[in-house]
Amino acid sequence: MDQLLWLAEHPDLSAAIGEVKREPDPLARLEATTRLANYRRDFTLATRLDRLASEGLQAVTNGEASVAGLQPLRIALLASHTVDHLVPAIRVAGLQRGLALKVHVAPYGLYRQALLMDDAELASFAPQLIVLALDARDAPLQLPLEASPESVAAAVTTRVDELRLLWRCARERYAAQVVQQTIVPADPPIFGSFEALVPASPWALIDRLNTAIRRAAGEDGVLLLDLAWEAARGSYGDGLAEPLRWHQAKQLVSPNLAPLYGDQLARIAAASVGLSRKCLVLDLDNTLWGGVVGDDGIDGLHLGQGSPSGEAFLAFQHYAALLARRGIILAVCSKNDQNIAEAAFKHPEMVLKRSDIAAFVANWEDKANNLRRIASMLNIGLDSLVFVDDNPAERDIVRRELPQVAVPELPEDVADYPARIAAAGYFEAVSFTSDDATRGRNYALNAERKVAMTQATDMQGYLRDLQMVLYATRIGDAELARSTQLINKTNQFNLTTRRYSEAEVERIARRGPRAVALAIRLADKYGDNGLISVVLARPDTAFADDELLIDSWLMSCRVLGRQVEEAVLDVLVHAARAAGYRTLIGEYRPSGRNGMVAEHYPQLGFVPHPAPTEAASEATFWRYDLGSSRPTHHFIEVQA
Amino acid sequence: MTEAEVIQALTPVFHDVFDDDSIVLSPEMTANDIEGWDSQTHVMLTVAAEQRFGIKFRTAELESLRNVGHFAQVISARLAGR
Repeated sequence: MDQLLWLAEHPDLSAAIGEVKREPDPLARLEATTRLANYRRDFTLATRLDRLASEGLQAVTNGEASVAGLQPLRIALLASHTVDHLVPAIRVAGLQRGLALKVHVAPYGLYRQALLMDDAELASFAPQLIVLALDARDAPLQLPLEASPESVAAAVTTRVDELRLLWRCARERYAAQVVQQTIVPADPPIFGSFEALVPASPWALIDRLNTAIRRAAGEDGVLLLDLAWEAARGSYGDGLAEPLRWHQAKQLVSPNLAPLYGDQLARIAAASVGLSRKCLVLDLDNTLWGGVVGDDGIDGLHLGQGSPSGEAFLAFQHYAALLARRGIILAVCSKNDQNIAEAAFKHPEMVLKRSDIAAFVANWEDKANNLRRIASMLNIGLDSLVFVDDNPAERDIVRRELPQVAVPELPEDVADYPARIAAAGYFEAVSFTSDDATRGRNYALNAERKVAMTQATDMQGYLRDLQMVLYATRIGDAELARSTQLINKTNQFNLTTRRYSEAEVERIARRGPRAVALAIRLADKYGDNGLISVVLARPDTAFADDELLIDSWLMSCRVLGRQVEEAVLDVLVHAARAAGYRTLIGEYRPSGRNGMVAEHYPQLGFVPHPAPTEAASEATFWRYDLGSSRPTHHFIEVQA
Repeated sequence: MTEAEVIQALTPVFHDVFDDDSIVLSPEMTANDIEGWDSQTHVMLTVAAEQRFGIKFRTAELESLRNVGHFAQVISARLAGR
């Protein structure tokens, strides 16, 4: 079965693997394998790629080495079916999604024991992600076929309560983020279409169970690997619960589908540490509409009701608009005259409006340069971009010039674009908040703010005129999800780039009055920017009792250059004094992407402080004496 | 395809699965003769062979795939429609 169709095909991946095999340096081999992981692979190639990478991966996940663009992450697989054959493909998919994965497989079928009792091996592995991969043959609900709806509901609740207990153990024992796999029916239905009307029939039971699992997961901050939906969509063909593989080896996922399963798990893992893509960059001619606007004119474009191809372009625009509504930034990158391209957005059938596009670049320069420009206009990394272009040559050039940009292979027919982009899983989410829903509007507002800034004669006047109000709150239940989301997706303005699960943030915030965990919002005269900054500060054994260590300080780049960090320091100073501290300790850990905050602490008036012995070698430390009074350097009204 | 031809066509499949281009197959070869041929790679081998020859083994046939010759026999018979 064809899979990973969004990845480009390598002319001869097998030969390329043979070549990399001769590279003696494990880290160089890992880097070469990471490049090859961008190509379509079947399960044997995935296994061979994994072998190439394994020595280097081990060094990176054990902290003995690091490779730019690969973030280490530990995943424990707790399964009721065989999963060993999936591990190589999971690790290779991890490379493609920016992760250096270390995978632990708990003994087959012993997932309860691993979570309910002290599992020394699992504890020493210290999983950051725990995947509960269960199946329909595991602990089936024991009910007579004629059971009443009430007893079915009760049995489902009991089973889900058991899962919730396991989830809680995973959080409390290991501070891990849980990923729960939904249940794929194993046996064919026994009633035909009538199946769903019999509450205790096998399919109806599983259906109810999955519904209850999804609801509970939402309430408990557990992520889903929704294999049941994938099965229903046909993503796996007949490669799920295939009788032959079950009878042969208790495999729920057939080995040949390992690359797809691996990628679906890896994208969730990547999303959980903030590596999902953020922006969809669209070509125009023959991508958003049929025809070439510069040649055919606005009236000559194929777009809209009345023709199959016009409707297909409309449907693709509609899908892009839906993505924007969930917080994906839209941009345009087109070889066109800027005025002509923008005018085309006035076509009466256009679903996307010019105001939906946060960065609009139309010129005759090469697209790689223009994508760099788009990333810098939006203050996001190239590795946040997905570039959609109907022209295979343009796709090839961008892949070669900018390997960080995701460039999906596209089907011939634009009618199939939405399904392809959805299948590629670039925008996997781990939360959805009202901030996401308004992000598009925020980017539009930012454009207005930029205009205002160029009009204002001086920066000070502009900032004063913004009428900014900052709201600082201690992180509680209401702020937990959004704070964790920001912690995990902020790369540039992030002093230490420590990634935390909700459970871990909760643990820090709940450490009592000695910890200062702040969620910060900013409003201005144009509107609410939402949650834009998080500070986690806590006492640390490496420092004195009256010294408060700033474990994490990060901020959304949307509000750069507005002196927000000055106002946040005011809040922090105040809170630290109130908790009895005399000194703030700041830490800066270079990540390769956070160079913009290298001078953050000295600029705020901190002075160098010796690093504690166990600190990472490249980290710098800074101190700030809370005894001195602090002059204010901002135009922000602070409400704490 | 004769059994000898199947063995020849199986060779690259073994090379890929065991990532070892030096493997030379003979009918009597078993898991003991090839490094890394364990229960997990055995399943991979059956799936890779299915892909290569466009067939699907039957559960009853799986038990007879104990050496290279048996692989070739079953595949050759299936390709011949038996």
